[in-house]
Amino acid sequence: MPAVIVALAVVFGSINPNFWSATNLANVSRQMSILALLALGQTFAILSGGIDLSVGSMLALVSVVCAQQMKVYGLAAGIAAGVLAGGLAGLANGLIIAKARVPPFIATLGMLVAARGAALTLSGGLPIAGLPRQFLTLGAGYIGPFPIPTVIAVAAFALAHVILSRTLFGRYVYAMGSNEEAAVLSGINVANYKMLVYVTSGLFAGLAGVILTARVISGQPTLGEVQELYSIAAVVIGGGRISGGVGGVGTTLMGVLVLGILGNGLNLVQVSSYIQNIVIGAIIVGAVWIDLARERRR
Amino acid sequence: MDIGREAPILQAEGIVKRFPGVVALNGVSLEIRAGETHALLGENGAGKSTLIKTIAGVYHPDAGEIRIDGRPARIRNPHDAQVLGISTIYQEFTLAPDMSVAENIFLGREPLRIRALSIVDRRALVERTREVLASLDLQIDPEATVRHLGVAQQQMVEIAKALSLDARLIIMDEPTATLTSHEIDRLFQTIGRLKQRGVAIVYVSHRLEEVKGIADRATILRDGAYVATVAVASTTIDEMIRLMVGRDLKDKFPKVNVEPGDEVLRVEGLTRKGILRGVSFRVRRGEIVGIAGLVGARRTETARAIFGADPLDSGRIFLHGKPVLVRTPADAIANRIALVPEDRKRHGIFASLSVRENVVLSGLRQFSRKGLLDLRGERRRAQEFVSSLRVATPDLEKWARDLSGGNQQKVVIAKWLNTNAELFLFDEPTRGIDVGAKIEVYRLMGELVSRGAAIVMISSELPEILGMSDRILVMRDGRICGEFARADATEENILNCALRGAA
Repeated sequence: MPAVIVALAVVFGSINPNFWSATNLANVSRQMSILALLALGQTFAILSGGIDLSVGSMLALVSVVCAQQMKVYGLAAGIAAGVLAGGLAGLANGLIIAKARVPPFIATLGMLVAARGAALTLSGGLPIAGLPRQFLTLGAGYIGPFPIPTVIAVAAFALAHVILSRTLFGRYVYAMGSNEEAAVLSGINVANYKMLVYVTSGLFAGLAGVILTARVISGQPTLGEVQELYSIAAVVIGGGRISGGVGGVGTTLMGVLVLGILGNGLNLVQVSSYIQNIVIGAIIVGAVWIDLARERRR
Repeated sequence: MDIGREAPILQAEGIVKRFPGVVALNGVSLEIRAGETHALLGENGAGKSTLIKTIAGVYHPDAGEIRIDGRPARIRNPHDAQVLGISTIYQEFTLAPDMSVAENIFLGREPLRIRALSIVDRRALVERTREVLASLDLQIDPEATVRHLGVAQQQMVEIAKALSLDARLIIMDEPTATLTSHEIDRLFQTIGRLKQRGVAIVYVSHRLEEVKGIADRATILRDGAYVATVAVASTTIDEMIRLMVGRDLKDKFPKVNVEPGDEVLRVEGLTRKGILRGVSFRVRRGEIVGIAGLVGARRTETARAIFGADPLDSGRIFLHGKPVLVRTPADAIANRIALVPEDRKRHGIFASLSVRENVVLSGLRQFSRKGLLDLRGERRRAQEFVSSLRVATPDLEKWARDLSGGNQQKVVIAKWLNTNAELFLFDEPTRGIDVGAKIEVYRLMGELVSRGAAIVMISSELPEILGMSDRILVMRDGRICGEFARADATEENILNCALRGAA
């Protein structure tokens, strides 16, 4: 997979040298940061043997909550409220999945629809403008040469990596996804850790939603459509197993890079956005197919 | 019918099948003649399942030849086998539970009314199903939904399906494992009818009494190798056992005699509606208590209840004389109880986790320092167990999936040794593992009791029960129907108890 990423970069770079310009690289990484954060949350959900279809709609809910609170209580409160809204929506997912035992696909499908509805209800279907100027920095600012969203995404990757590879929670996520019944019989409190999985996914979506709100400098109830599908694609393209237990931060990073570079590169070489969709669709299926073929040969 | 004169319909010669880390079949031969019932015998892990799956086209042999009617045959998949007249009835049936009997029997071959539109002729479907069922003298409604049939009837539907496919050879894998004795009689009648029609049966079973009653010849496998083919009528059960085991039972069971100490576990009146009906027993330090019984006697359920994996309606559990509440496996582990489950794949092993991760999982908290896992400590501990249990693995980071059954079982056991448990519930501890690994598991049990642990061992293999237990409990229908001291126990009185419910 790293070879594919290098190849993509070389091809796009040779057709359009602008690909390697500092401005473009900063732009690509900034654009990717939203998908990266969603895909990290999705990584927890899929690794544990579940899925989170609600992360795209959560972006909209988070954006509206963040903007409304920010206008009343100020910058910090708005950011906190946005992240918290994601966490609470994730907690609702977790309770429904772990306690009521509704399958994750269904529970988060419900949340996909409901969170969108909540965003539209709270906002009356209209964008919320008039946010403080400083908020713009979160989406458009730099730390040194690096865009702030990129720095946040990189930090989030590091944190998720430590959680998944070095904590009890992380190990149990893999165990649940590998064999849930055996996990129960090994003394793992599967219900509690499942809840934690969806809260984690919600918090990452919350963070992504706040950054996206800063980038558009308004609360938007229509943000994030089909983003849940791209986040799933990012997880599986890199080699994460859709049924859980296999994958991790590294494979998800690969998936995010492939999708990000592909989107940007195809734009630079002036492939129409309609055709881009066809290419990306084929890549999603092809990557997983190659992965499965390799697995079968083992 | 004089079997001896019939030409062989199937000859398998020099079949070799390797899996990562194991040679499952090492030059095995099998010859089946038309109209004979041919038993395939061998211990767990002898290679019976691999052999029948090779004949059925599920596995591809690495070497060897299969001939049908004397001509070399290429069996690339189960469909090829079907075309050649070979049908297999596995323990796990392959029927679609929500479809009717008729739909199942003619699945993919439905009689059509309008061919171009693939419209099924339902009347013909039911009619032809009725004919097939009648030819076997079976009273099953062709339009019944398979889900609503009992196990025995579902098995008959499988047989009818095989017959409708013009099978000349039907392989039955442990067909009586889940049947009642009355149902077994019916199955034998059906087999008799198949024989009259010249259909050959390969009959895989552990129940030698049954083999004696139904089979004409028997081929015996041991450790993946061919041992002998014998005429059943002129071979005693003892001789068959000797061929299967290949050595004296004595060194097969390295039993350690430990003077029993204080009581570790006592259960009183464990009851769960429709499942457990007041199970009471006790286990002392240094003791191995065997639980024998037929499939469905609720032995696994008893172990799961003690381990907190299934709820109890009533009954009490005492550890060292004190009542304890065990509502979840986590409670059980906190009370130093371990369960090595029967179904390793489903309940024991984490296929996509490494050997290291599997070994440390139940005791993982020991390795958490300020919220972070001590990976080096995990590796050290896992290496200790891999060495002491002689787990054959190239390295600690290998996926558990890639290990052989015996080594997977050792990994599961290591997981529990790492929890500081003192009461071990072993459910079929040697199922599906080879003879060498079995002996190592027995040695390990001996070591555990020598160090003061207490063991409850559920097993369906009577030699294992007799060879390893200090005391033997027999279960039937969710209650304990008999208890024998090691000195008094024989296969006969245990079976008598398991079958009839009286000691």
